[in-house]
Amino acid sequence: MATDTTVLLGHGSGGQMMKRLIDEVFLDAFGSPELLAGNDSGVAALAPTGRIAMSTDSFVVTPQFFPGGDIGRLAVCGTVNDVSTSGARVHYLSCGFILEEGYPMDDLLRICRSMADTAAEAGVRIITGDTKVVGRGGADGVYINTAGVGEVPEGVELSGSACRPGDVVLVSGTLGDHGIAVMSQREGLSFSTTIESDAAPLNHLVAAALEAAPHTRCFRDPTRGGLASTLNEFASASKVEIEVDEQNVPVNPQVQAACEMLGYDVLQVANEGKMVAVVPADEADAALAAMRASRYGEHAAIIGRVCELAPDAKPRVHVRTPWGSTRILDMLVGEQLPRIC
Amino acid sequence: MTDGSARDEHRIDFEAFRDPDLARSLIERIDELAGDRELNFMEVCGTHTMSIGRYGFRSVMPLGIHLLSGPGCPVCVTANQDIDRIIALAKLDGLTIATFGDMMRVPGSTSSLAAQKAAGHDVRIVYSPLDAVQLAQQHPELNVVFVGVGFETTTPTIAASILDAEARGLTNFSVMSAHKMTPPALRAIADDPETRIDGFILPGHVSTITGLAPYRFLVDEFGIPGVVTGFEPVDILESILLLTEMAISGRPAIENAYRRGVSSEGNAVARGVVDKVFETCDATWRGLGKLPASGLAIRPEYARFDARRRLDVDVEPTREPRGCRCGDVLRGAIAPTSCPLFGRACTPEHPVGPCMVSSEGSCAAYFRYHE
Repeated sequence: MATDTTVLLGHGSGGQMMKRLIDEVFLDAFGSPELLAGNDSGVAALAPTGRIAMSTDSFVVTPQFFPGGDIGRLAVCGTVNDVSTSGARVHYLSCGFILEEGYPMDDLLRICRSMADTAAEAGVRIITGDTKVVGRGGADGVYINTAGVGEVPEGVELSGSACRPGDVVLVSGTLGDHGIAVMSQREGLSFSTTIESDAAPLNHLVAAALEAAPHTRCFRDPTRGGLASTLNEFASASKVEIEVDEQNVPVNPQVQAACEMLGYDVLQVANEGKMVAVVPADEADAALAAMRASRYGEHAAIIGRVCELAPDAKPRVHVRTPWGSTRILDMLVGEQLPRIC
Repeated sequence: MTDGSARDEHRIDFEAFRDPDLARSLIERIDELAGDRELNFMEVCGTHTMSIGRYGFRSVMPLGIHLLSGPGCPVCVTANQDIDRIIALAKLDGLTIATFGDMMRVPGSTSSLAAQKAAGHDVRIVYSPLDAVQLAQQHPELNVVFVGVGFETTTPTIAASILDAEARGLTNFSVMSAHKMTPPALRAIADDPETRIDGFILPGHVSTITGLAPYRFLVDEFGIPGVVTGFEPVDILESILLLTEMAISGRPAIENAYRRGVSSEGNAVARGVVDKVFETCDATWRGLGKLPASGLAIRPEYARFDARRRLDVDVEPTREPRGCRCGDVLRGAIAPTSCPLFGRACTPEHPVGPCMVSSEGSCAAYFRYHE
């Protein structure tokens, strides 16, 4: 139990209140040996492969608690997944909190416990952290930044620019769950669904897929902007065209219905627990089987292929519909806004 | 419009309307029937605009069949002066603007609601006008103005929200009405010497309210066929097939290919609610100009919920964006790609005209889904 019921400006002062917050909330939840050592930086071992992968991400989602997750789970998953996309084995996280004065301490505890649980599930440790408190109105409750470090195994060279014509595109599960789960909770946009966010650490799934398909070209987690952004990034970086078979894209029917109602393209909706992979055609079945055998990968599917770019054509992504027509799949522009009717 | 919750007793098996084999066979039949005839079919519903783009139908139509998008996007047809008025309201201290999402980025003469929000004014997105009423009730300290934009599908809920606000005794809720009706726009296009339309794909949602009667004039006065249809691939293809048949046979009629949603009488209860709160007025449409009895104004009995009456505001002189041909696009005179700004000065990221902003806008749909 924390002594104080809400976050106060004094908790960011560097004095006794801050120490209390660190002891009662952060150390209690995260308690790694590196943190407990109480130094300004966490010192930990890393396997000597010669290369590290590092990534950082900030989390400002509102509401902070939503069906299937919370900002804490998101903050761990987001960075774990980002580091994993390079094929790295992620071990350590940092976390920085920006707290708004008056934020309920119980909610902060809940967030920290959720972070700790998610970190344990992913097999990573939070080894250093920071806290700042801003006055009321200076932030929206709680913002979290995490950074993650992992080592890249020898011989692993993944890049969004490595896609080649003939390669196959896979996703690890249903698309759009996170975006719609969060949207369904927003003030003024209340519609009832039982859709849960898919926020999940995917480092084990990525490792399994990479082992099964060692020549995998790249992984990317299709967060904001959804599959559309990820595939357009791959197409541009690799100077190829990517074709998606719409009927093979796994989508939860409730998510599909919500997207139709709101006027969203589910391929542009955010995910927090999905991975896109591009693999050579002869390793596609192995990658698919490995994903499906992994936790969070049971609905994995092969959804498309990489095609040669016609001379003078711009890199792009197109969708083939079940009735044989095609359309361009572009990146989302601006903020996703629900339409009128 | 549903609340998104599962209502099994009303659930329709949509899969039949998405059946790829059926869709393919309809495409083949349209192809065989049309041959190399030149036919212009226009839809006048934003959801149809978007669906046709999304389903990629233009990529599989015979070369002679042109699918045009008419004035079906409520945001797009809203005149610049109305947008400027809404933006001017947003600038007033102490007002909260509640709006449908796709209004946010629509550029007025010099600003947009999104820009006003960024400047610190209170602009909020709601999904339903009833949410705006609730906002007003829960926050008596706010003065909530709902931006009322939309056609026959939207107006009943907005009328209901005014009745709801009245029942709750709210004094801090009002509507800035820029509502419009579909049939007068159809008439303007049918009557336009610059546009030749061989058939209208008539709106599914709008017709659930209006029924079929308001479209009869298309056949009686202009000899143009129309098919009311839904939004699934098979719905839209069926309407194109029916229109092709009627255009070729020279026997125009108003057909209903959306019987699961639309009855020929429409929804008299919803029309009654609209009628109670609104009266017809002349309205200015982007592209079509001022059309008599084409808009809806709040009746004097409900003046206290009428933001136009309640809130006096200085509206800047309207400036139309230079070179923008949204108006010509909206009446089907040119394809979006024929506008000199399309894809150059005007993109979804930097929209010059409203047709590029709304997801239902013709230009945005073209930009998003076509070469």
